[in-house]
Amino acid sequence: MVLRPHSGLVIDGFTLGERLHKGGFATIWDVEHPDHTGPLVMKVPTITDGFDGPTIVGFEVEQMIVPKLVGRHIAKFVAAGDFAVMPYLVFERIQGEPLSEVFKGVPIALPDAVALAEKMAEAVHDLHRQNVIHLDLKPENFMLRADKSLVAIDFGLARHARLPDLLAEEFEMPMGTYPYIAPEQVLHQRNDLRSDIFAIGAMLYELVTGKAPFGKPSRLAEVRWRLWKKPIPPQSLVSDCPAYVQEIILRALETDPKDRYQSAAQMLFDLRNPAQVKITTRDGKNKRDPILKRFKRWWRGQTFVPFETPPLMTVQIEMAPIIMAAVDLSPEMEALADRLLLSVKRMLIIQPDARIACVNVIKTKRIGLDTARDAEGNHIHVARLLALRDWASGLGLPEDRMTCAILESSDPAAALIDYARHNHVDHILIGARGSSSTRRFLGSVSSQVVAEAPCSVSVIRLPQSGRFAEASEASAAVMHPDA
Amino acid sequence: MRVAIMSDIHGNREGFSAALDDISDRRIDQIVLLGDYVGYGPDPEWCVDTTMRLVEAGALAVKGNHDHAIADPSESMNTIARATINWTRPRLSKAQCDFLAALPLTLELGEVALVHASLNSPERWHYILDDRRAVTSFRQTTARLIVCGHTHLPTLISQDTAGTVRQHQALTAAPVPLLRSRRWLAVVGSVGQPRDGSIAAAYAIFDTATSEFEFRRIAYDVGTTVHKLRAAGLPEPLAIRLQKGK
Repeated sequence: MVLRPHSGLVIDGFTLGERLHKGGFATIWDVEHPDHTGPLVMKVPTITDGFDGPTIVGFEVEQMIVPKLVGRHIAKFVAAGDFAVMPYLVFERIQGEPLSEVFKGVPIALPDAVALAEKMAEAVHDLHRQNVIHLDLKPENFMLRADKSLVAIDFGLARHARLPDLLAEEFEMPMGTYPYIAPEQVLHQRNDLRSDIFAIGAMLYELVTGKAPFGKPSRLAEVRWRLWKKPIPPQSLVSDCPAYVQEIILRALETDPKDRYQSAAQMLFDLRNPAQVKITTRDGKNKRDPILKRFKRWWRGQTFVPFETPPLMTVQIEMAPIIMAAVDLSPEMEALADRLLLSVKRMLIIQPDARIACVNVIKTKRIGLDTARDAEGNHIHVARLLALRDWASGLGLPEDRMTCAILESSDPAAALIDYARHNHVDHILIGARGSSSTRRFLGSVSSQVVAEAPCSVSVIRLPQSGRFAEASEASAAVMHPDA
Repeated sequence: MRVAIMSDIHGNREGFSAALDDISDRRIDQIVLLGDYVGYGPDPEWCVDTTMRLVEAGALAVKGNHDHAIADPSESMNTIARATINWTRPRLSKAQCDFLAALPLTLELGEVALVHASLNSPERWHYILDDRRAVTSFRQTTARLIVCGHTHLPTLISQDTAGTVRQHQALTAAPVPLLRSRRWLAVVGSVGQPRDGSIAAAYAIFDTATSEFEFRRIAYDVGTTVHKLRAAGLPEPLAIRLQKGK
């Protein structure tokens, strides 16, 4: 490194302005460039003459990964500088404040805490889908934009599933920030996206209770405690913490990654659908576990056994999708609903960690009044939910892996698409009625979902023969290529 | 400039053709051939002719140990390699033999050093199988990237700012940015006789503008090559090796 950064320095066309931030490992500068219109910042690692191996390799990791990332949850990459002259990274400048500013005021109001956790899960899922695990999520490494969206920054400890991991190859020290580091990271495992879920859990815990779940350890030995100790349940600290929030936090903070949420999208799903969160024995846990149980955990923590290695990250994220089954419960569609159930079961064989969201739409009038009750005054919504639950029970899934939701809309296809988008659904399974000419002319719910859904869609049809064909309007219809 | 790097073709016409077809679709400006055009495979004549045509058209080529053994029967080799070289030698024309004999051991292309086996004593054909055995190659040059073949195992090694040499996973599927803060050594794998468990032909692309290096694998008609090997009466382990990729 020949040059040191200072105000007024011009390098590769970038002119350094004010120094915006000085951290332990890097400085951040306001920069301008004639070819770039937007506001920019330059990050320059602080390299001294002593042992700076981790700083340099961390910066190399960032130079390798950041140019590969896209989307609204990262700061757009602009340029990188040569180590021989002065290493740097230039990004778009994020207008906003570090999330750590919010953490100065913990505990914060519960709805705000949950909303922030949602944004974190959303941003993290976006990174995971790009094959990147952040591995150093903490309040300082999120920027909060004015519109309340979050941007993940500092990829110095990150891991890209398709690039060599320079850090794993160089250093023996566990790397991460002690209050938020996951147990498997303490054991030097850098290949599990569920480490990021643990960090989100730790941050949500802190937002809700005002305390870090494992304190703020300063020594590595104290960091190891999380290999066997469980955090104090949030409800013991904040009595009005709802059971569902405690459930989400404690699940995200499970010691063994396989007991946590298997993807950030699955965590996001629970944050957005509180009524669907299955409360387990984690709830009401305000006593310590019996001594034998604690001893077992302690023993596990002493034995240095790594957690089960996850499959390739790309496979890991595909094994834990959110699958949405759009179920038509009308009586004449029973056969189709049965076939849909069979298709969902088949998906579960190849994607064992999938979460299934069963959805049914009550079609309301366009200019509708109260449609919640039918002619006999029965509560349609409740009746439908019961019917949907009954259908879903055929899947034989535990409740925490399955959700039932009834939507009401005058436009069922739009309602299904909105639900899929909002909940980051990976795959929709939907039944289609016969292929009548009227339906082709007017358009069907399934074809609209296929055309507009933000994810894969499988359309399930009954064979166009036998009992169903006689009953359907399509009995004489010519088979079309799209049928 | 986009550079396609191929090594260890070993008389495998089908593998070589498939890799060249793939190259023709990928905006390649420069072809580099890292030696061992003959040996092990049933089509040495075609492979040497193709190499000669490519070199005439601007490709860079260095010599491998099997190419050397054509002119120098005293070259030390295992029994199977020797048997195929002895089978190959009479099949090559004088022009082909002269071409192989005249190939250089090393070449340079901008910031890239090219060699068949290793830069330290290239004529001794050392195998770079891990980071430890790469150290001396880094000492021989100031080149930012050393590319080689010989081991038939795709390998990526770097030397960091502190001088430490480390091996990395050589992953296909995504181009790896070869950071300018390090010097790199890549073993590109083998076109004609892969040994890393995959039967697909291996070669690599280096983009000097983006500094990205990509290990590629190309499926080819292994069955035909195996059939030719057997028809020529070449040792059976060679056929099994192609079918297993190791």
